[in-house]
Amino acid sequence: MISLEEGFFAFFLIVLAFACLIVAGKTFDQVMAFHAGLGALIAAVSAFVIFKNYFNDGGIAIPQEIGGKPNYNMGPVKFGAVAAMFWGIAGFLVGLIIASQLAWPALNFDLPWTNFGRLRPLHTSAVIFAFGGNVLLATSMYVVQRTSRARMPGRLLPWFVIIGYNVFIVIAGTGYLLGATQGKEYAEPEWYADLWLTIVWVAYLLLFMGTLWKRKEPHIYVANWFYLAFIVTIAMLHITNNLTIPVSIYSTQSVIVWSGVQDAMVQWWYGHNAVGFFLTAGFLAIMYYFVPKRADRPVYSYRLSIVHFWALIFIYIWAGPHHLHYTALPQWASTLGATFSIILWMPSWGGMINGLMTLSGAWDKLRTDPVLRMMVVSVAFYGMSTFEGPLMSLRSVNSLSHYTDWTIGHVHSGALGWVGYISFGALYCLIPWLWNKKGLYSLKLVNWHFWLSTLGIVLYITAMWVSGIMQGLMWRAYDSLGFLEYSFIETVEAMYPFYVIRALGGALFVIGSLIMAYNLWMTVRHGEAEEAEPVTSGSLAAAE
Amino acid sequence: MNETYTAVAGFAQTWGLIYFMILFGIVLAYALWPKNGKKFDDAAQIPFRED
Repeated sequence: MISLEEGFFAFFLIVLAFACLIVAGKTFDQVMAFHAGLGALIAAVSAFVIFKNYFNDGGIAIPQEIGGKPNYNMGPVKFGAVAAMFWGIAGFLVGLIIASQLAWPALNFDLPWTNFGRLRPLHTSAVIFAFGGNVLLATSMYVVQRTSRARMPGRLLPWFVIIGYNVFIVIAGTGYLLGATQGKEYAEPEWYADLWLTIVWVAYLLLFMGTLWKRKEPHIYVANWFYLAFIVTIAMLHITNNLTIPVSIYSTQSVIVWSGVQDAMVQWWYGHNAVGFFLTAGFLAIMYYFVPKRADRPVYSYRLSIVHFWALIFIYIWAGPHHLHYTALPQWASTLGATFSIILWMPSWGGMINGLMTLSGAWDKLRTDPVLRMMVVSVAFYGMSTFEGPLMSLRSVNSLSHYTDWTIGHVHSGALGWVGYISFGALYCLIPWLWNKKGLYSLKLVNWHFWLSTLGIVLYITAMWVSGIMQGLMWRAYDSLGFLEYSFIETVEAMYPFYVIRALGGALFVIGSLIMAYNLWMTVRHGEAEEAEPVTSGSLAAAE
Repeated sequence: MNETYTAVAGFAQTWGLIYFMILFGIVLAYALWPKNGKKFDDAAQIPFRED
């Protein structure tokens, strides 16, 4: 008999394929025709693969345990790890291209598809959602299984989550290049992509909670709390910020139900909590699992991690309005946002201390293990950017920093330093574990990656500090008669050298990631095998 | 309009503060309760217990 799960997914995908086909045939919108056609193709192929696998293995149940040990499902984790590396390089490269465009505008090539306006969301979505998202999906599936000592539920569900998420990335990314966007920062994908992500995300939540439900370990490890907060909150934010009404089911266009300043408030409630729950809570979960594992010591204080968790999630959710100082938003609301941002110093630094002190008594490992060094520097960047952020949320500082490159520098110290490095560290740990290798192909190459990209980050953020503060000061400079001292184009001209330095920093970061990809590839292909470890996949490998 | 604003602001500034203090108190009590100590020490070892 075909299982209920297989039957459900096959039915759902076939219906979806037909629905997409109808939309593709009837639409007047070329982007919609392309996306619906792509959707129909992927859904039909997936349904075919489900049937093919069913007829191949006759629906034999996968054992939950082999020889008394949990039969972990690592296929989707591998897929996510590889996808993360791929999207990471793509996203960093696009970042380098747009950084170069700012220094040398001719690189826009006067084409709509390569215009800065279209490539910029491609960069942000590729690094945050494609790279970061795949890292979070892969590590969360790994950590929740290992710390629960249970296999993820379902045969197709984990594959649906990881492949479905990557389909969303493709739809969103190609949409930007072709000009489909709803114009909300970090929430650019149009209504149909949002709807698809909602389905995938609910499946992800069910998968994660289902694994916790099956756990053999009575206590839920703190990393899983952070992952769960990330999944639940992102669902809530995504749905609220994307409550749009499509112009027509055949159109890529939609209209948001919020209007005016309410829309701005919802957008930045979403935007800041994407930082708080996607780029912070999710990656803190990585810190709480991978730093202790790599240092081979338990977390410094489990009690502090509990206070860290509850304080962080209860406070972060209020900080959004600090993005809207000096706007139509009432002043009390933006003051409230700034106040909560300042309060965030406490849990942020509590968490940073907890991560760093995990190494107490093992600091010598920093000298010998560049992977651990990468993760520790990442936590230090976390401390630095969460110190800078609340400062910039204050009205008086914000009046100078807002709309300038200072913000870009701040974001990148968090994104390259914290999110990037903790992800690199996690992938450097994860790849040998997943492919049963003794260790990485070359620690020397990790060292090169570390120093090249660290130099890149330092060039990037220092250039942006100087350029941003200069830009802010030039904008507010008046002459003795009360006229503006500088025209806008004069500020752009003054920033040119810093844009070149920033692009150089970005190039170093890209080179580092290429070294990493080579190192990981060689680890998988030629790394020395770990002995006596039974292969624990046994699932639908063909669905890749 | 102004009265509503004052009332809402007053409510938020007092009860909001109390709400956060109570929550924080509960979290601190849970985390620092002496009896929970052993449980947390045990939980910190979970990443090393897997097979």
